[in-house]
Amino acid sequence: MIEERTDIEMLETKPEQTVAIRTDDHDGHRDPSRRSFLRWFLGIGSVSVAGVLSVPLIRFALDPLMRTTTQTDWSDLGPASDFAEVNVPQKRTISITQMDGWRKVVMEKSIYVVKGNDGVLSVFTATCPHLGCSVKWVDTNNQFKCPCHNGAFSPEGKLISGPPPRDLDTLESRLVDGHLQIRYQSFRQLVKTKEVLA
Amino acid sequence: MKRHHEHHIIHTSEWEQSRIMQWLDKRTGLIHLKREALYEPIPGGARWAYIFGSGLLYILFSQIVTGVFLAMYYVASADHAHTTIEYITKQVTAGSFIRSLHSYGSSAMVVTLVLHMAQTYFFGSYKGRREILWLSGLILFAMIIGMAFTGYLLPWDQKAFFATAVGTNIAGEVPLIGDWLKSLMRGGTEMGTLTLSRFFVAHVFLIPACIFGFVGAHVFLFRKAGSAGPIDEDPIDPKKPTEQFYPKQVIMDIVFATILIGTLGLLSYFSPVELGPKASPADTQFLPRPEWYYLPIFQWLKYWSGQSAVIGIVIIPGIIAALLVALPFIDRRPERRPWKRPIASFSFAIILCGLIFLGWQSGHEDSTDPSVAKQLAKQEQETEKFMKATFEPETMGPPLLIAAPLSPDAAKGKKLFADNSCDGCHGDNGQGTENGPKLIGVSLKFDHDEMLKVLRNPTKKMRDGNMDPVELGDDDMNLLMAYLNSLK
Repeated sequence: MIEERTDIEMLETKPEQTVAIRTDDHDGHRDPSRRSFLRWFLGIGSVSVAGVLSVPLIRFALDPLMRTTTQTDWSDLGPASDFAEVNVPQKRTISITQMDGWRKVVMEKSIYVVKGNDGVLSVFTATCPHLGCSVKWVDTNNQFKCPCHNGAFSPEGKLISGPPPRDLDTLESRLVDGHLQIRYQSFRQLVKTKEVLA
Repeated sequence: MKRHHEHHIIHTSEWEQSRIMQWLDKRTGLIHLKREALYEPIPGGARWAYIFGSGLLYILFSQIVTGVFLAMYYVASADHAHTTIEYITKQVTAGSFIRSLHSYGSSAMVVTLVLHMAQTYFFGSYKGRREILWLSGLILFAMIIGMAFTGYLLPWDQKAFFATAVGTNIAGEVPLIGDWLKSLMRGGTEMGTLTLSRFFVAHVFLIPACIFGFVGAHVFLFRKAGSAGPIDEDPIDPKKPTEQFYPKQVIMDIVFATILIGTLGLLSYFSPVELGPKASPADTQFLPRPEWYYLPIFQWLKYWSGQSAVIGIVIIPGIIAALLVALPFIDRRPERRPWKRPIASFSFAIILCGLIFLGWQSGHEDSTDPSVAKQLAKQEQETEKFMKATFEPETMGPPLLIAAPLSPDAAKGKKLFADNSCDGCHGDNGQGTENGPKLIGVSLKFDHDEMLKVLRNPTKKMRDGNMDPVELGDDDMNLLMAYLNSLK
């Protein structure tokens, strides 16, 4: 059914001289090193070509992992004096721009501005560090409450009770010409320490 | 004993004798399959003339892989298709390279396909009980041409848009069913987003599914009939001494594949495929030019206008196609040497030369007509300019506010909605987020009492989705309900 030849014969035979050597012609003098060399050569050759070709494909597929998608610019919250009179945390909505592949998406995020006892303004994200629900300020309890799993935080954002693993996350803020500016960031949920997500 | 054994079932390598391979083989027949694949006897031995078939398989594989990867970023909609291709070309790592590989691969496919067909034709390899094998090849030919046609539209740039407008108009010239066919391809009377969807479906699902089936059949039928061997071989009962497919033919095939991969890779790297400006259907100046392999047909159609168009578009190509289909049934002599089959050889050569001439003629006319040359140069410049421009992402604002102004109660309800952090999960305007379903249209699903009930006592499913009972007084509850009712 299938002919048997050594690789030396196969490689050295010119096409016009091609002669089938049937199994029964086989004299048993096969050169195993030659045969396995050819196999290894083809195998390693194919694998390395495939390896080289897969590099751009892998880079192509992994591209989104290497991009910064959230803007890192400062957002303006208006004159700081707006917050001078208030003694309870103030909710504000800011627009931030995110790159979503080939789209630039403007998203609204909620933040709270809190005036500390020393009069210094600090800013929290409204995102609960537990599972990412939006926390609300409840005047009657003088607490931030997460509606999902009843996490409670003090007006300073300290964890009081409930499942959240840490305090509310503060956002970087600064005063420029009397305007309060913040840098919005997202943080990893369910971990004890604040970790920035890109 | 072992040696004797070997004599009858050919050489088995140590690897094949290993326990894992034996285990696998008993369950899958893998070793048998490998032998079937590698030890195919070739009458007259391996030849460079036989490399095109497996060359096509290599390119097909490359097209599948690059095509699947491109689909990770591509969106088949008239609104976004062009932006996504621009994003792939200008932003995504290696995107331009992979898109170019796919695009040049389609050209390589057409070239190799013609070479494969010409080799089969001139060698008379369709003879000797190979009618169905030949027919499956012709169907594959038509499908590859269909892939080239449908793929060309997908970038939705000027070139793609107008070339497809012309292509579908040509389909409209078919007698009796022309208008219907054109509307079917376009998904309506005009070119639009439905055209793009249809071409995408054809390019990515329908035709590839058929190609897989027919490639399988083609390879199976080829193995069933056996290699036809050289031109002086008996196609049914080969007399020449045979040589196994492995290793010599395998090496020749691999050399060809390597040259193909290398050429496509170098072209894609050093001369990536360009993208033109987005299709603008209102442009009346644009001169559509199809991909080079369609130029002969494009030129051919110039000679047939008005009443005679049917002859050029339907009748003559129809006759050629019918002759190709009938070929193995008409030409039943075992004679395979091309010079002993002058009619067959000459007609094929004439058609091939005719196509090459028409293609050349098309380019020649474009370059000698000053107004055409000027417009084409302008289009080329616009493409260059577009390629140099930086990528501008599409901008999406926050979800648009509900068009109708809210009633005073609903407005108060909206404030309650925000103050109680309903917006945290259901979105600022009830449009829904990843944490909670959209509430737009919720009032159509529940009547007043039912809604009140689920707000006070959420169902298990709602509780599992982190919905807490709404604890508001009756008055506030009514305001919230007024807001929910306004979400339509």
